Amino acid sequence: MKDVWTVSELNEDLKNLLYDHYGFLWVEGEVSDLRQPSSGHLYFYLKDEKSRIRAVIFRSANAGANLPFELEDGMHITCRARLSVYSPRGEYQLIVDRVEPVGLGALKKAFEQLKARLEKEGLFDVAKKRRLPFLPSRIGVVTSPSGAVIRDILTITARRFPTVDIVVAPVRVQGMEAPPEIVAAIEHLNIIGVDVIIIARGGGSFEDLYPFNTEEVARAVFASRVPIVSAIGHETDFTITDFVADLRAPTPSAAAELVVPARDDLIIRVKTLSGRLQNAWQREMDRRQLQILDLERRLRHPKELLEELKARLEEGERRLYHHTTNHVKRFQIEVFHLSQRLFAANPARKIENLKLTVSSKRDLLYQSTGHRLNQWKQALTLYRQTLDALSPLAILERGYSMTVKLPEGWVVRDSGSIRRDDEVGIRLHRGYITAQVKEVT
Amino acid sequence: MAKDKFEDAIKRLEEIVETMERGDLTLEESLKAFEEGVKLVRICTKKLEEAERKVEMLIKNEEGALTLTPFPEEKVGRDE
Repeated sequence: MKDVWTVSELNEDLKNLLYDHYGFLWVEGEVSDLRQPSSGHLYFYLKDEKSRIRAVIFRSANAGANLPFELEDGMHITCRARLSVYSPRGEYQLIVDRVEPVGLGALKKAFEQLKARLEKEGLFDVAKKRRLPFLPSRIGVVTSPSGAVIRDILTITARRFPTVDIVVAPVRVQGMEAPPEIVAAIEHLNIIGVDVIIIARGGGSFEDLYPFNTEEVARAVFASRVPIVSAIGHETDFTITDFVADLRAPTPSAAAELVVPARDDLIIRVKTLSGRLQNAWQREMDRRQLQILDLERRLRHPKELLEELKARLEEGERRLYHHTTNHVKRFQIEVFHLSQRLFAANPARKIENLKLTVSSKRDLLYQSTGHRLNQWKQALTLYRQTLDALSPLAILERGYSMTVKLPEGWVVRDSGSIRRDDEVGIRLHRGYITAQVKEVT
Repeated sequence: MAKDKFEDAIKRLEEIVETMERGDLTLEESLKAFEEGVKLVRICTKKLEEAERKVEMLIKNEEGALTLTPFPEEKVGRDE
């Protein structure tokens, strides 16, 4: 040991002493007198009820995961820091390289700030979400190896699909050690190869869920190649991990159901498809067979075709003939009718008719004439009888005679009208005498 | 790891069945489809009838190597 130290030497020695003695340490306290000069470094006091200590966050450390939220006076935080000596002033101070929120206010603030930052950065983008496998062969589960959560997950996966392998990556789900363990578990499961990862934790206070609201866990979830389903806390709890995860399940049990399909459903589905496949095939075969039968039926020897054509020809011929015959028949009938009409109109017949008419008329005429003749005859007879009675001939019968002058023929009533030698005719009852007058007296 | 083999298989199977049910394939195509369908049914059925699952625990040993050890499943219930 030296007898006399310079101030610088002493401060330097103290610095080393403090550093060696404490190394990195976590200190919890309340922020006060927060200042940020233009240098960009953050200066404040960390205090509790009785005491306070200077603290600085250098600009280099004042970013990203190291300071996941903005400090405010009165905020309750935990700092990871080295204890050092600020030589120019001979003051010792905490050189903080990491800050975690402790009180509910700080936690909520940190949560909102981190959420906004990561969202802006695109960690929650729906487009970046990975699709869950339909039927995983192996599921990784990041959770506490004991308790209800892992038990529920194992029970439900066993019930739904008892042949899916499970790899449990045991982690603490609470406290300062939890985030790095969760990050490591995600990385390890990515390395050994699982099809999907469930990150699960049972219900707890906002503070309890803090590990799942840390940036490191959020980034590990985002970086995972394997799709991740988160089931943190109760249904109403939302953590940053939930936002980054590819799928958020309301509960660990729900996560198990989302990740594993129900085998019984799948068995039914495959059986149904198998049945439909068989049916479709059978129908296809039946259809083909019918098609072949149909084609077979339609496939014929040309001779048969010829026969058919011949038959058709014959049929055509027959019909043609029939048709023609019909035609002819029709004409014949027509001719017959016409000839009948013609015959009916034959003048000879008319003549006959007329003859008949004439004869009948004649008959009639005869009849009527005869009748009249008879009448006349009777009348005549009567007249003759009458006339006979008056006739000179009748008088002649009684011996009288009648003399007529010849050749004139007039009746000689007076001898004075006659001269001698006149020729006269004398009509007797029977016979006629021609005489010459000899004397007139 | 053919992790989506089952999904691919069942989706392909559905496709095949639907195509065949439409019945607009040639005989050769439908024979091919049917054979593929039967194969897929076998794959799916096999996957569904696989052996019992393994439940393991992933631990990093002292040498920093990742190891899988059987997960004491029966213990889980007792911890509650």
